Formats: sequence, C-alpha cells, structure tokens
Amino acid sequence: MAKLKTMTGKKKIWAAATFLVLLHAVIVFAGFVAPSNPVSQNRDLPFAPPTYPHFIDSQGHFHLRPFIYPWVSRPQSLYDYEESRDREYPIHFLVKGPEYKVAGLFSAHTHLFGVAAPAQIFLAGSDNYGRDQFSRILYGGRISLAAGLLATLISLSLGLLLGTISGFYGRWIDESLMRTAELFLVLPWLYLLLAVRAFLPLHISPLQTFFLLVAVIGSVGWARPARLVRGVVLSAKTRKYAVASRGFGASNAYILRRHVLPHTYGVLLTQAALLVPQYVIAEVTLSFLGLGLSEPLPSWGNLLANLQQYNVLVSFWWMFAPALALVVFSLGYLAVADAFLKRLQSTTV
Amino acid sequence: MKYLRRRLAHGIMLLIGASVLCFLFTDLAPGSFFDEIKLNPQISPETVAALRAHYGLDQPTPVRYVRWVESVFRGEWGYSFAYNSPVRSLLMVRARNTLLLTGVATLLVWMIAVPLGIWIADHPGGWSDRLGMGSTAVLLSVPELVLALGFLCLAVRTHALPVGGMVSVGFDQFGQWSKLRDLLTHLIIPVLTLILAGLPVLLRHVRSSMAEVMKAPFIDAARAHGVSNARLLFRYALPAAANPLISLFGFSVGGLLSGSLLVEVVTGWPGLGPLLLEATMSRDLYVVVGVAMSSTVFMILGNLLADAMLVAVDPRVRMQ
Repeated sequence: MAKLKTMTGKKKIWAAATFLVLLHAVIVFAGFVAPSNPVSQNRDLPFAPPTYPHFIDSQGHFHLRPFIYPWVSRPQSLYDYEESRDREYPIHFLVKGPEYKVAGLFSAHTHLFGVAAPAQIFLAGSDNYGRDQFSRILYGGRISLAAGLLATLISLSLGLLLGTISGFYGRWIDESLMRTAELFLVLPWLYLLLAVRAFLPLHISPLQTFFLLVAVIGSVGWARPARLVRGVVLSAKTRKYAVASRGFGASNAYILRRHVLPHTYGVLLTQAALLVPQYVIAEVTLSFLGLGLSEPLPSWGNLLANLQQYNVLVSFWWMFAPALALVVFSLGYLAVADAFLKRLQSTTV
Repeated sequence: MKYLRRRLAHGIMLLIGASVLCFLFTDLAPGSFFDEIKLNPQISPETVAALRAHYGLDQPTPVRYVRWVESVFRGEWGYSFAYNSPVRSLLMVRARNTLLLTGVATLLVWMIAVPLGIWIADHPGGWSDRLGMGSTAVLLSVPELVLALGFLCLAVRTHALPVGGMVSVGFDQFGQWSKLRDLLTHLIIPVLTLILAGLPVLLRHVRSSMAEVMKAPFIDAARAHGVSNARLLFRYALPAAANPLISLFGFSVGGLLSGSLLVEVVTGWPGLGPLLLEATMSRDLYVVVGVAMSSTVFMILGNLLADAMLVAVDPRVRMQ
C-alpha cells in the first residue's frame, strides 16, 4: 500500500515536471514559437481580435489544412474589424518569417507556424500598436520568468546562507538573525516591495531596472526560507551520525557539507516551486502599478497594465491573455510544489 | 500569564524594530517630496530649503526618528506634505474604509471555509473532496490582481454593479436604506476578490487539520461508542483540530489592514492601499511610514490574539 502510494506520488511529480519543462521550452524558444516580432507594429491593426482558423472557405469548400482570413478594419470605424474573404492564407508549419536570435547568437528565420507574407496571424489578438500579442506574451514570459527564477535564486541563497548560519552556530547570531527575519515577515509584503523599490531611482535603463527589480523581490523574501532551513539544520546537526562524526574530529565544514546540508535540499526545492510563481506575480504586480519594467520591453506585468485603461478592460477581452499565461504557469509550479511537499512529509514522518 | 507577558514584550520589541526598519528604508530613498517643487523656476531654492527645514527634513535620520516618535505620542503620527495635515487623521478615514472591506471579507471567508472544510474532511476521497481540492488548486494559482480585473470587466460589461470608489455620486442625499444598499453594491467586487483569494488557503488548512484528527484512534473509539456523526465532528474532532486554525485566525486578524492593499488599488477602494501607493510615488515619507506601521501593529496584535486564544483553549500551551 505504502509503495503504491509513493509510486503515484512519483508519477505526479513527473507529470507536473514534464508540463513545466514544456512550458519553459516554449518560453525559451519564444523566437521559434512566436510567429511575429514582438515589437514590430501594424499601425492599421490596433486591437485586432484573435484570428480564427477556418476549415471551410467562403464558397463552402472544405480544406484539410486550416487557413485564416486576415482582418481589415471596416471603413470609417475605429477598432472595428471584419475578415477579408478575398484570399485564404493557409497556416503552414516551419515557415520562413521575421528574423530572430537563438540564444542571442545565431540568427534564424524558421518559425513553428505562420501564414504567407501580407497576412498576419494573431493567436491572441493585437495590442494598441497592432503588435501580435501572442508573440509578446511569449517574449514577455522570458522576462517575467527570468525575473521570477533569478529572484528565487537570490531568496534561496540568502535563506540557505543565513538559515544555516543561524541554525548551526546558534546563540546570539541565531537570536539576532531570527529577530530580523520576524521583522521582514511582519511587515506587509506590498509595503516592503514598494519601500525597497522606492529607494531605486525611477528613471534608469530597462536592463538596470530588471536587475534592480529582481534584487528587490529576491532580497525581500529571504525570511521564510531562512526560517525553514534553520529548522532543518537544527534537527540535522543533533542527529547521532553528525554528533559521532564530530566525535571523530570532523570539522564544521565537513559536517555541514556531509551531514547537514543534504537535509535542506527537500525544503529548498519545495520553497523554489512555491516562490517562483509568487515572484513572477510580484514582478507582474510592480510592473502593473508602473514601478517595474516599462515599454517597449514586454513583460507579463506591463502587458496586463494595458487593462488599466477603462476602454481596453471593457472592450477587448483578448487583452486578458497574459493573465491566462500567468495562471497556467502558476498552476504548473504549484502542482510540482504540492507533489514535493507530499513527498517531503512522507519521508520525514 | 507569564507566557503572554513575554509575548507582549516580544511584540513591542518587534514594533520598535519595524519602525526603525521603515525609517531606514525611507531614508535610503533618493530624492524627497520637495524635489518636484525644486523643478519649478518660480520657487526659489531658498524657499525649498526653508520648507525642508520647516518639516525637519534637513535633520539627520536619528533626530527625525526621535521627532517622529514624539509626534506619535502626541497623537499626530508625523505630518503629510501632500495633504498638509497630520498623518493620523488622514489614516483614520482610510483605515476605517479598509477595515470595512477586509472585515466583511474575512468574516465571510471564515464562515464559508470552516463548515465547508469540515464537510470535505468528513468525506475523504469523495466527490466533494476531489472537487474542493481541484477548484482550490486552480484558485490558488489565479493572482488577486487577475481576479479583481476579471470581476471589474464583468461588472462593467453587465452593468450589474458599480465600479470604483466606495459610494456613488450624491451619496449624501440618499436615504438610510439606499445609502446602505449603495455601499453594499460597491463592496461586492472587492469583497468577492478577497474571498476567492483567501478561501483556498483556509479551506485547505481546515480540511487537512480536520482530516489529520479524524484518523486518530480516539475518533474510532468514540464512533464505536455510538457517538453521532455531528457530535463527533464538532465536539470531538474540531477542538482537537483547532490549534492551527486559531493561529491562522490570528493571522487573518493581523492581515486586516494589509491584506487588501493591492485589491484596493485595482478596484479603486479608497482605503490604505491607494494612499500607500500614492505616498510612495510622491515620497510623502510619514504617510508611507504611517501606513506600514499601522499594518504592522495589526499584524502583531493578531499574533498576540492567537497566542492568548491558544492559552485560553489549550491546557498544553498553559503548561509550558
């Protein structure tokens, strides 16, 4: 029975992890998956709705290969579009399209899918400059995810370092570190973000903003992982084998490396899976409030910030698409975190 | 009693530490409220310097901190540059609005989560368990921001609910009942957002702590003695499962002033959230510190409340 249970637990982790890896692959290879350049504008197609794939053309003929009709704006109207049915544009896979960079080095032209040149495919509609939102979500995901992952790395490194020091050396170091951690836990999260963001200058280059933002988000969240790591270290250093190896004359560094730190990996992994979506949301929140990354660099936060305009919120439902991407990602991470947590509990009890 | 006194002392220490930390953060911020004025060519640099001196911004941080503490004891809590008034009167109005919102939301969340969690824990593995866990998993991954935006969009599209603010235009002329109704309809969107954001966490905790207790041998024994299911759940299992929930309740109370900041900003509720954002942007120093400190006071009070309740409820805690 117990064996069966761990098997399904393992399977769950694998399923969730595969899902996450796929999502990340899509984001990493955004240039390949995205049909258009995220910053190229179509001034005559602002707020165009998503293009629908068709199988049956205007004459009633069936096509096995799906095709699209491009949007054209109705004469004398703003943001009002109809499909131009003169010509079908079949959707092809692995097509030549706008240039992009792979890993920032090689330039490539092949895209996963696309349509012939004058037409453009908008899977998630277009924004106020007529930029393809699907492509922007993919490219924005790179930035939002990178922010989330890097900030998590900072939080966990700080947490591991301070938590280990606190738990291993104890006494006044432990006391003062844990009191500081309590301070960070008791101050409201949004306040901390705003306050720490506030001491950064408002007008700096996008790249600087990105790294500062990551540093802010990451350093604000060190307290919880530090406390958890401290707990694990406290229990691990009093285990009999740790005490025995100290009796044999092992150094602190050896005991830490060999007997204490391996116990923290489970906690760290679980925390990572919980923190990444939280920090992505932190980036989204700050960018939404206008304190994070700004145009033309797409991020999920400033894509969502379009919704602050009343008419966008009301009229163009596809502008919610970045939120969907965010939700799907969080779902993947939380599933992994859940599975980790269950395993952690079943191994420690 | 000694335990509680120690917790209280600890809370006060935490409060002092938090205020110092707040001051350090605001001190590190480049620029001040009067930087904008400096750009105005009609105002001479001497005037700006005089203004800074008037508000004590030219003093070093420790001096400003001591002055701020004095003003807290005078009941002013510092001075807002933007509103040109003491911070306390400013905060009181906003805090009242925030408390109305979070109070209603927190009450509703607890009233829904506890019975629902108990019911789900009573049917482990059943359809309610699977449905509950599935839907909370989805809800957990939808951020508040998205929930609030979605509800706003729905409200505007259906014209069913008013959007933004706390009351409609001309509220003062309304009668008693239409005043209440107006307020309630304005509450729906932010409250619904807060409920959906808070419910999954609480529901999962209630379920897991109840399910843990339901596995205990004494429950089987009571069942074998023929104790009815309702009595078993509420009289035997719930008290045994209460401790983590009491801690959570303290946390809920603690979050009354800080849990809704973002939702308030997005839905336009005139509480502490928009005030904090605005004050941060314009470097209205003492307002920022005031909002953060009042939230912190609540957080500490909530923790103390939980400690006191645990002492009152659990003899094991009293023994320590």
